[in-house]
Amino acid sequence: MDTLLLSFVAFAPAVAAFILLSVARGDDAAADLVAKRFTLAATSFTFLISLFILAQFNPHDTGFQMVEEAEWIMGLNYKMGVDGISILFIMLTTFMMPLVIAASWGVKTRVKEYMIAFLFLETLMLGVFMALDLVLFYLFFEGGLIPMFLIIGIWGGAERIYASFKFFLYTFLGSVLMLLAMVAMFAEAGTTDVPTLMKHQFDFASLNLLGIQVVGGIQTLLFLAFFASFAVKMPMWPVHTWLPDAHVQAPTAGSVVLAAILLKMGGYGFLRFSLPMFPVGSEVMTDFVLWLSAIAIVYTSLVALVQEDMKKLIAYSSVAHMGYVTMGIFAANQQGIDGAIFQMLSHGFISGALFLCVGVVYDRMHTRDIEAYGGLVNRMPSYALIFMLFTMANVGLPGTSGFVGEFLTLVGVFQVNTWVALVATSGVILSAAYALWLYRRVVMGELIKASLKSITDMTRQEKVVFTPLVAMTILLGVYPALALDLIGPSVDALVANFEAATSEASLSNQTAAFE
Amino acid sequence: MQADLNIMLSEIILSLFAMLALISAVYGSKDRLTVPLIFATASIFMLLALISISSAQGIETAFDGMFVNDPFARFSKVIILISASLVLIMSPDYLSKRKILHFEYPLLIALSVVGMMVMVSAGDLMSLYMGLELQSLCLYVIASMRRDSLKSTEAGLKYFVLGALSSGLLLYGASLTYGYAGTTGFKGIIIAAAGDDVDVGLLIALVMVLSGLAFKVSAVPFHMWTPDVYEGAPTPVTAFFATAPKMAAMALFVRVMHDAFGNIVAEWQQVVALISMLSMFLGAIAAIGQTNIKRLMAYSSIAHMGYALMGLAAGTAFGVEALLIYMAIYVTMNIGTFAFILMMQRDGQPVTDIASLSMLSRENPGKALAMLVLLFSLAGVPPSLGFFAKWGVWIAALDAGLVWLVFASALASAIGAYYYLRIVYLMYFGAEPQDALDRRNEPVLTGVLTVSAVAMVFGVLSLVGIEGAAEAAAATLVR
Repeated sequence: MDTLLLSFVAFAPAVAAFILLSVARGDDAAADLVAKRFTLAATSFTFLISLFILAQFNPHDTGFQMVEEAEWIMGLNYKMGVDGISILFIMLTTFMMPLVIAASWGVKTRVKEYMIAFLFLETLMLGVFMALDLVLFYLFFEGGLIPMFLIIGIWGGAERIYASFKFFLYTFLGSVLMLLAMVAMFAEAGTTDVPTLMKHQFDFASLNLLGIQVVGGIQTLLFLAFFASFAVKMPMWPVHTWLPDAHVQAPTAGSVVLAAILLKMGGYGFLRFSLPMFPVGSEVMTDFVLWLSAIAIVYTSLVALVQEDMKKLIAYSSVAHMGYVTMGIFAANQQGIDGAIFQMLSHGFISGALFLCVGVVYDRMHTRDIEAYGGLVNRMPSYALIFMLFTMANVGLPGTSGFVGEFLTLVGVFQVNTWVALVATSGVILSAAYALWLYRRVVMGELIKASLKSITDMTRQEKVVFTPLVAMTILLGVYPALALDLIGPSVDALVANFEAATSEASLSNQTAAFE
Repeated sequence: MQADLNIMLSEIILSLFAMLALISAVYGSKDRLTVPLIFATASIFMLLALISISSAQGIETAFDGMFVNDPFARFSKVIILISASLVLIMSPDYLSKRKILHFEYPLLIALSVVGMMVMVSAGDLMSLYMGLELQSLCLYVIASMRRDSLKSTEAGLKYFVLGALSSGLLLYGASLTYGYAGTTGFKGIIIAAAGDDVDVGLLIALVMVLSGLAFKVSAVPFHMWTPDVYEGAPTPVTAFFATAPKMAAMALFVRVMHDAFGNIVAEWQQVVALISMLSMFLGAIAAIGQTNIKRLMAYSSIAHMGYALMGLAAGTAFGVEALLIYMAIYVTMNIGTFAFILMMQRDGQPVTDIASLSMLSRENPGKALAMLVLLFSLAGVPPSLGFFAKWGVWIAALDAGLVWLVFASALASAIGAYYYLRIVYLMYFGAEPQDALDRRNEPVLTGVLTVSAVAMVFGVLSLVGIEGAAEAAAATLVR
């Protein structure tokens, strides 16, 4: 244990939140501005020191790096570390947070509390991606619910209370099952240490549960319990219904965090826990998950087509894009998983940017109805340009990061299940349909609505917020190796382990059949 | 004899203090002495707690095993004394508003604490019963301290009648135990109650004793008195009920089960597990419809007793350790919550309806934040300390093979999260309040609330020695 870099990065925002909580006084405009500047500085500082993690990271080492371990209360262990799978999520989080704070400059009510909630949320999100202990992971994973519940409930739109309860209860119910699975894993393996559990082989002999034959035995059951939690977080069809509500009601910054980072926890969970710890269970459920993903892609794309609320449309498109992610993960080959991680990363930038785009016009017109807009290009040329870039990236146009992820996942799944690939590919066309149609209705055409006559183009500050997102979207689209080189070796090791475990399982099943 | 008296010096000091105070108040200026008496009693509690923490470790027995002073008893006593002391210093303002600032209040609390200290140190069914009755009688009286209130007198009467019934059950069990074991000392009982073919009479005695004890910790199905007593009693008294006596009764429960019936764990394990599960579910479900925060806390405490009992149901030393830590965290959370409830006033009059908390976060952000932390901790949502309390008993129960109990309790805690969340919802984004609560500056109550909320957050970093003490306590009890 040479440095405490990871803990330092993870807890820097929390420390900032405590400083803000205990020092900041008053609620006039001046105090609000101080709180905003302080938070922006704190999140930027966190991003800067997180660059040291990236610099120290050695992509060729497939194990965990920069591991920190310490004794903790109740016989638990505190253990943090990064590997090729988590490093990009950590960077994504620290990268997005300053932008999120900058995008919240217009918040007027309870600014201090707002900033504190976001700072705590950042610590909890970083903790999720760094934790190498089951209980520690659960702690961060669940803890994130509290600030998000408050963010939606306090600063949200008209239906915020319904949305915040739905968000909390959906995700809480899912994770209770996961907690039980964790307790069961602890009972069997006698440890909550993630690297040890990855090596532990859980029993996969078929067992009979209430008269139902469970193939894959305990592994399948554990897989399902984790699946309940991650699928809700992801979110996968058909448990995605909390997401459009939460997105629509959350403030712009809340939507950005939700889409860019929180949704990635589900995918990260599949990669960190489900595949390596329950390979046989995953194998058993692969077809099921693949078809759920394919349905999600087609169905939510169709639903997105008929939306009248801009945010809801983008929320449904997020569900569709997450469908590619689960598909890629459960293809369980190098291209599929590479593509899934890449897709999550690029979706973080693109959907975050799209929600910010909605926020730009919402701040001016206070409506998200697509009906209320039209012909914005006449008065907002730079907005039209940026919005177009991200619409294209959302569609998956080559040259943007959206293309790389979709393509890789489709390549991955084609090797495993051609029919799923066929259905999923139709989603590419559908996504072009809803995204371009949205763009046409909002931006193109004559500006005829009287209310829009005096709308102003993006301010300099708004442009500054978008610049890094534009840069990352194009950079990763043109030169994806930047990210893929970092994740490649770890994904390679993950796939190799998975294949070894599943082939061993099928071998032993065959011998059992012969006997 | 001299050595025996030395061992129970704390109890003797406290009893003498209560007598002297009683005499001086009766012959002196009566109720005008109340406030000084309250603070004197609170400081004596604190002093005794400090002595208990710093005194010699190890096991000492007095009066031929009737009275035991071991790490387990000391751990419980420290929690009882500190919580009673905090409740006392939180009380004066509320009592004077309700015009019930009687000098008997601190004295009765002092005497009931003597009872509790005897309870947790009991090494014999006789001393157990004496401690229990001393405690209970004082509690019956202070429950009905507001003599002009129908609810308060009803609470006292209900508590008395049901409490007497439970004492009767316990006493009947004790007499049966004596009949079959030939002794009332735990040392003798544990030898008699051993092996595979335990006498049926002894088992009936065990069940009777168990029922009586379940009454005292308000576990289902012996919980009926709790909501009414919590609601009817004056709030500081409710705060007291929710903390010190719960700790004492739970400690007694554990001591009897392990010290006297520790060789037949399998006989009581299933019963305790069942009681535990029922309590968790009843507490979680019945609290949903409550509109009065004191009643809500009553159901919450029933549920919490269920979780704590999981530690006992495990029947292991680790289970006892987890239970003790659970109780320490539970008491801390409850003191903070009741400090908050005591601050709920409108136009100078105390209120207890949950709806009055609407939009508190705007009126009083600091207080609302502290309460938010406590509520999430009570619900057991990570990363608060409440989650770790539950984690401990889960692991203990799991080690003992009670997988179904762990599953049930996870389910119950998910249901229970809803009503804590509802209060958060009201405080942070409820409807506009009709009539805002008073903004008051209460240094003591605010201090207690803040400390308890801070403990729920930073306790996660370290439990400041509680873990080690609980481990030592459990080790002396379960061999």
